[in-house]
Amino acid sequence: MRTFDYVTATDVTTALRTVAERPGAKFLGGGTNLVDLIRENVERPDVVVDVTRLPLTGIDELPGGGVRVGAGVRNSALAAHPLVRTRYPVLSQAVLNGASAQLRNMATVGGNLLQRTRCPYFYDTASPCAKREPGSGCGALGGITRDAAILGVSEHCVATHPSDMAVALAALDAVVEVESIRGTRRVPVLELYRPPGDTPHVETVLERDELITAVELPAADAAPRSRYRKVRDRASYAFALVSVAAALRLDGDTIVDARVALGGVAPLPWRAAEAERLLVGAPATEETFARAAEAELAAATPQHDNAFKVELARRTIVATLRELQEHAAAGSAA
Amino acid sequence: MAEVRLRVNGADRRLDIPPQVSLLDALREHLGLPGTKKGCDQGACGACTVLADGERINACLALTVQYADREITTIEGVDHPLQEAFVRHDGFQCGYCTSGQICSAIGMLAEHKDGMPSAVSEDPAAEGEELTDEEIRERMSGNICRCGAYNGVVEAVAEVVR
Repeated sequence: MRTFDYVTATDVTTALRTVAERPGAKFLGGGTNLVDLIRENVERPDVVVDVTRLPLTGIDELPGGGVRVGAGVRNSALAAHPLVRTRYPVLSQAVLNGASAQLRNMATVGGNLLQRTRCPYFYDTASPCAKREPGSGCGALGGITRDAAILGVSEHCVATHPSDMAVALAALDAVVEVESIRGTRRVPVLELYRPPGDTPHVETVLERDELITAVELPAADAAPRSRYRKVRDRASYAFALVSVAAALRLDGDTIVDARVALGGVAPLPWRAAEAERLLVGAPATEETFARAAEAELAAATPQHDNAFKVELARRTIVATLRELQEHAAAGSAA
Repeated sequence: MAEVRLRVNGADRRLDIPPQVSLLDALREHLGLPGTKKGCDQGACGACTVLADGERINACLALTVQYADREITTIEGVDHPLQEAFVRHDGFQCGYCTSGQICSAIGMLAEHKDGMPSAVSEDPAAEGEELTDEEIRERMSGNICRCGAYNGVVEAVAEVVR
């Protein structure tokens, strides 16, 4: 494993200044992705700035019912927090469905958002990959793409975003707080990630020296009844083939608010806006759910070996919405 | 080189190592503690599981420098009823994953005691889910056993819990 300098920062300003001043510097969170990528020679920082000792580990209630989560909060602490479990169950479930308990004890919220794809061609430095080496092409196309994306892909990249947590955050309209030596700005999670286009190596709107310091979860009436459903090759400890984060709010049998986001199918956490448009105002029935899922997936462009994901996504969306509808019906009958 | 002080199995240890050395390699190659095993070396198998201040982590993805001044417990520092339970219930065949399984199970029991939910917990908001076999399997899923001794692992953990 190639060497690098290691700097540990105990205040945000020092961390920001160090990364800004050294062009080869990267922020280091729990290390569960970056350490592996350095070992595989995919990431080659000259210096890593450890941000896990920064005072960014709070989970606090906001005026108006929202919750602010420090970017240094460990994934396990996020999933276990009473405010998250009661107000945003979809987020707790999404985190608990990701990785393993050991990795969740290490990984931070900020690092989870910025983890890189697990596309095997991205990891294989003998293969072309425009995400790893800009302009080098895509080794996955025509190769093994069973796990690849079916929505929002480009001819330059079909890799998926691997995070479960980010899918729940997309459904919840979470906002990321970002700091650099130039100041602080707020970026909605839905605007954080960039579609691959012809620059798949540019994955977010963040500059190299910007640090995610917090994630804000807005208050939402639908959120306490939200669910996360993940389908994968084995029952646990595997990346998603398809996942769905969803929330429904009903007035009688009519859907008045719907949140649907998809994981495992796109280069970024995929907010299913078309499905939501068809759900809101419609009766909460199997037919409505199926129509919404089909409309969202009409734009799918699977590869030669992953067309199964389209049907799997359709069924998973419908099953998640059905579960939410049944919970709501049971709740109102009680 | 970086100077790192750790507490390992109750003893103060000092290391002079470059920053890229993983905690796993520090334990095995620099501190003479080969009980922690290297399986995949990429966070996919759990054979390297150790406890950091009582929390289970994958030592292969942990840079030693990030764990300065922390209390690390490896299998060499464990004396727990799980060990004999693993023997009684055949919780292993080749034994390569066992030190990770035992450390992981110790961490898991502490997490459960603290109220940590799991992906199979019915209601994420509910406290104190019983450690059913299904819960044990989910909570131990970060430890892969190539021999497939999972049934024995679940029985051993269940015996210690109940």
